[in-house]
Amino acid sequence: MKKLTADPKGVLTGSHYLDGDFSIAEGGLAAGCRFFAGYPITPSTETAERFAERIPSVGGIFIQMEDELGSIAAMIGASWGGKKPMTVTSGPGFSLMMENIGLACMMETPLVIANVQRGGPSTGLPTLTGQQDMMQARWGSHGDYEIIALAPDSPQECFDLTIQAFNLAETYRVPVFVMTDECVGHMHEKVVIPPAEEIELVERKWYEGPKDKYLPYKADKDGVPFMVKAGEGYLFHTTGLTHDERGYPVINAECQHETVPRLSDKITNNADKIMIIEEEETDTAEVVVVSYGITSRVAIRAVRFAREAGIKVGTLRLKTVWPFPEKRIKQLATKIKAFVVPEINYGQVVLEVERCAAGKASTYHVPHMGGWVHDPLDILDVIKEAVK
Amino acid sequence: MKEENRPEAKNPMEGFLRMDRIPHIWCPGCGIGTVVTSFAEALKKSKLDLNKVAVCSGIGCTGRVAGYIKLDSFHTTHGRAVPFATGLKLANPELKVVVFSGDGDIVGIGGNHFIHAARRNMDIVVICVNNFNYAMTGGQVAATTPIDANASTAPYGNFEFPFSLPYLAEASGATYVARWTALHLRRVTKSIQEALAKPGFSFIEVITPCVTLYARRNRLGDGLNLLKYYYEKSEIQHGADTRTLDISYQGKLIVGKFVDKEKPTFLDAMNQHMTKIFGDKYVKYGE
Repeated sequence: MKKLTADPKGVLTGSHYLDGDFSIAEGGLAAGCRFFAGYPITPSTETAERFAERIPSVGGIFIQMEDELGSIAAMIGASWGGKKPMTVTSGPGFSLMMENIGLACMMETPLVIANVQRGGPSTGLPTLTGQQDMMQARWGSHGDYEIIALAPDSPQECFDLTIQAFNLAETYRVPVFVMTDECVGHMHEKVVIPPAEEIELVERKWYEGPKDKYLPYKADKDGVPFMVKAGEGYLFHTTGLTHDERGYPVINAECQHETVPRLSDKITNNADKIMIIEEEETDTAEVVVVSYGITSRVAIRAVRFAREAGIKVGTLRLKTVWPFPEKRIKQLATKIKAFVVPEINYGQVVLEVERCAAGKASTYHVPHMGGWVHDPLDILDVIKEAVK
Repeated sequence: MKEENRPEAKNPMEGFLRMDRIPHIWCPGCGIGTVVTSFAEALKKSKLDLNKVAVCSGIGCTGRVAGYIKLDSFHTTHGRAVPFATGLKLANPELKVVVFSGDGDIVGIGGNHFIHAARRNMDIVVICVNNFNYAMTGGQVAATTPIDANASTAPYGNFEFPFSLPYLAEASGATYVARWTALHLRRVTKSIQEALAKPGFSFIEVITPCVTLYARRNRLGDGLNLLKYYYEKSEIQHGADTRTLDISYQGKLIVGKFVDKEKPTFLDAMNQHMTKIFGDKYVKYGE
């Protein structure tokens, strides 16, 4: 794996006052993304607009595609052409991308999709916030696979985690989602962009052996195969069909059993390396609030109130939502009374917490149907209920 | 003479095919292989560096072409070969990118991508094998099925108006448009050669026999009967007005090269425009 630092051309070093959407674009450019294919959708358009504005001075391609089906198809093509591609979208567009998210998983193609979530289902609340695509991110395309999803809670994290998303996509050859939401997307805050030489980047493992010996889907030790790009004389084949190490379609149960588990295993076996969680006072806690994205910032206030009321409450913030920190939740479940999971949906990530808690600790959901964030007092009420 | 040394044992297309994947899945009498032969022949004549040619296919019988051609080849999802090719071409403008797929894939499910790639004059070659039905799934009615033709999901005959593909391509902005049948091998080869040499969005429709489904359901006989139909009913009219190219059931097939014009490609237009706006500060993409 090649470790590199960022190309200064794409890095806007300095202190800025930026919203989350802009920060995603800057994160992408700093990470070396030079190919953006997208389709406008509220509340994510600012990312595409920023990219379109910046690309002529940075060098690269911005193309507004005819729809999200085309956007992600173009990204997969661009990734095989050697570029680090990204796009941005929101619920309805994310739904359209599901088809080729499956193709990207099957072809093991690095790419990054930011989803600035809004309320759903369907057209829902185009301009208002939601966290209702969390399970879609995990399960939205058909078949068995694993992806990686990150959840920034501020414009600064939009920048940082977009870079991280590219590094993970390149490392594991998998689509990586930056699952933000309208609130963080449109929130303006200070964003510090470091000098290019301080931004560490990772590039996919390029194959360097003899041309006629190249096997596109022969896994390396970490479960990830080496990649080549089109135009270099490897004359390789890749397909969305179940395939062997040569990338040739093999339509039978044996090959399916041989090939498909690895698409999940390369992520789950490396989950500890991928996972970023932030904990506070979980060692002494009776109740742990598990949250992500904008909701974790709202939860801070509820937690402060609860501590003032003498409740021992810890927090666990998921910066990586998928893969899920299964081990850690299982551990905590044996020590605490309950988990409280506020999220802007009718119950999604809470189901994972509940599964991992496996009855050893209770799990409480604090739902919110979207359009706005939780009232911290609603979360406080549930914390009080949970500690009883 | 040993079996493997006999002349017929050696495939003349060997250099262009993934011989470890032969035999292919296409039915006897199918026209797709014929178009692949023309493509290989055109590549040979084109003198292009084959390391710099990539093929993208979608789903369907013709979608399998990418799997047999010994180039960098991508078997993508249904309808998405054109936007996939768009991304590949833009990522590496050095590549000559060819989309090789069927009518259902390119103008059915992929219709929106097709018209927009043509509108942008994306520098790709699109070879569309038109067999008038969805063959891989069992002969269902397509956007190209002539009126009155029978299909498995039009068991009483088709009553929907079909697309005329050259008309669609030209109206959308393609700069090279041709139509041939599987009978016109030499001319298909020449068209592909011309398209490979031409920057911009090139579209070649090749009407081919689907013996197993379309012909059987419509009692049109075998491959030979269909070639006979092409022979009797096709008429070469280069430069014909693409508004006049509708195909009726077993009716006249007007073939030829209809459009061959100059227009800046997507990348040329982008580079020219950005240079106009930013002057010398702008570094032309892909140069």
